[in-house]
Amino acid sequence: MRAEGVVKRFGRLEVLKGVSLDVNPGEVVCIIGPSGSGKTTFIRCINHLEKIDSGRVEVNGHLIGYRERNGKLVEDSERNIARQRAEIGMVFQRFNLFPHKTALENVIEAPVHVRGTAKDEAIATGRALLERVGLGDKFDTYPGKLSGGQQQRVAIARALAMNPAVMLFDEPTSALDPEVIGEVLDVMKTLAFDMGTTMIVVTHEMGFAREVADRVVMMDDGAIIEEGSPKHFFDSPTHERTKRFLSKIL
Amino acid sequence: MLAAVDWHILWARIFHPDHVFVLALWRTIYISVCAQTLGVVLGLVAALMRLSRVAPLRWLSGLYVLVFRGTPVIVQIFFVYFGANLLFGFTLIPRTVNFGVFQMDGAAFAGIVALGVNEGGYMREIIRAGIDAVDKGQMEAAKSLGMPYRLAMRRIVLPQATRFIIPPLGNEFNNMMKTSSLVFFIGVTELFGDAEIRYSTTFKPVEYFLAVAFWYLVLTSVWSLIQAQIERKLAVSERGDELSFRERVAAAWLPSAMRIKGTP
Repeated sequence: MRAEGVVKRFGRLEVLKGVSLDVNPGEVVCIIGPSGSGKTTFIRCINHLEKIDSGRVEVNGHLIGYRERNGKLVEDSERNIARQRAEIGMVFQRFNLFPHKTALENVIEAPVHVRGTAKDEAIATGRALLERVGLGDKFDTYPGKLSGGQQQRVAIARALAMNPAVMLFDEPTSALDPEVIGEVLDVMKTLAFDMGTTMIVVTHEMGFAREVADRVVMMDDGAIIEEGSPKHFFDSPTHERTKRFLSKIL
Repeated sequence: MLAAVDWHILWARIFHPDHVFVLALWRTIYISVCAQTLGVVLGLVAALMRLSRVAPLRWLSGLYVLVFRGTPVIVQIFFVYFGANLLFGFTLIPRTVNFGVFQMDGAAFAGIVALGVNEGGYMREIIRAGIDAVDKGQMEAAKSLGMPYRLAMRRIVLPQATRFIIPPLGNEFNNMMKTSSLVFFIGVTELFGDAEIRYSTTFKPVEYFLAVAFWYLVLTSVWSLIQAQIERKLAVSERGDELSFRERVAAAWLPSAMRIKGTP
């Protein structure tokens, strides 16, 4: 994933002021920063849930959301954007599971109806994924009967079912009760360590960032102000703003 | 005073309806069902047009609602049956409409078209509100999985919108069964028409209109039960507790259970 000079405005408010970030295959990048710093907006730009006002985003070398025509970027067709999004998994703060479908139906929905995978095959893969996130006994349960932590694990399985090149996590534990945060973080650790998934994680879980991230990125006021290895980042931050932020939350 | 009521006629109308009456009852049912179905289809199309990115489609949808909600349905019924023929100089709706497998009285067909088109205007607003009521995160989640807008609408948003649409739709259909009596004025002998004809030949208005009121009440009550059943089914995935039969009957009969007030 490569982002170059991404600018996003909501009306006259410039939320992203030229953000650039490269993420290599297999790398785990955690984005931290105070609320309103543009972290969430930034990862929503990566799969074009937000249109960008300038700059460019590429995943696997493909430009996302736009097409080059005579040296200018024009928004791509809906079908192409959909195809690109299928390569990018996203996990939302509020899960956004489909409430009218069971856990397994949630997971197989996109493989069957977007990829055209045979249903039997999708079910087999879906079951394996749900087992991997520790929900082997919840295939036929509707989201309404699952706890927040279980719902978020289904959401992770749902995103993984499309076999994405990169997984985006938008504050995946912020809406969870404290006692179930651990089970979701454990699943994410498995992805990072055992499956080598490329992940971009917006989070406030500093423990997770320190343990799992290859790189930590600090955003403030719509820009990346510091980035580095977790060790450098947490032990000897250079930027004044980072120091203040870390001292407040650690 | 009550002695003036010929109870015998009233009981006969309720407990031993003749075949003419049964035919009238059947007309009321099929005209309401067909008109409501047409209304839902038109309402859905208009609601999706309203959400379209193409501006002229949005305008067309707005104009449709403006015209058909803004004029009396009885005027629309007359217009479809008589006005269109005069206006266009040819018979738009013949005396008998031939569908190949079966034939339908032209007036009944005109009534269905007029009631259905009128209903579509109301249904558009109901369906649009239903779509709006679905959490925006659902469309985003569907898109993030690579679903194009139409697929996401069909597989994810509309099925969830149904749950918001069914209660007001039930009210609309309840209304439709009663409003369908207006087609008597273009010569369709449905429930009200049957009562009107009986009364005009016997001069026993109280008996015949009390009886017809009873039958309308039967229709709307049966529908309330069916609606409660549909809503219960739709709600199964949402909440664990299922209502008992007694609660369902109560929910269907008690006015306080009406979630959205119908038109007066």
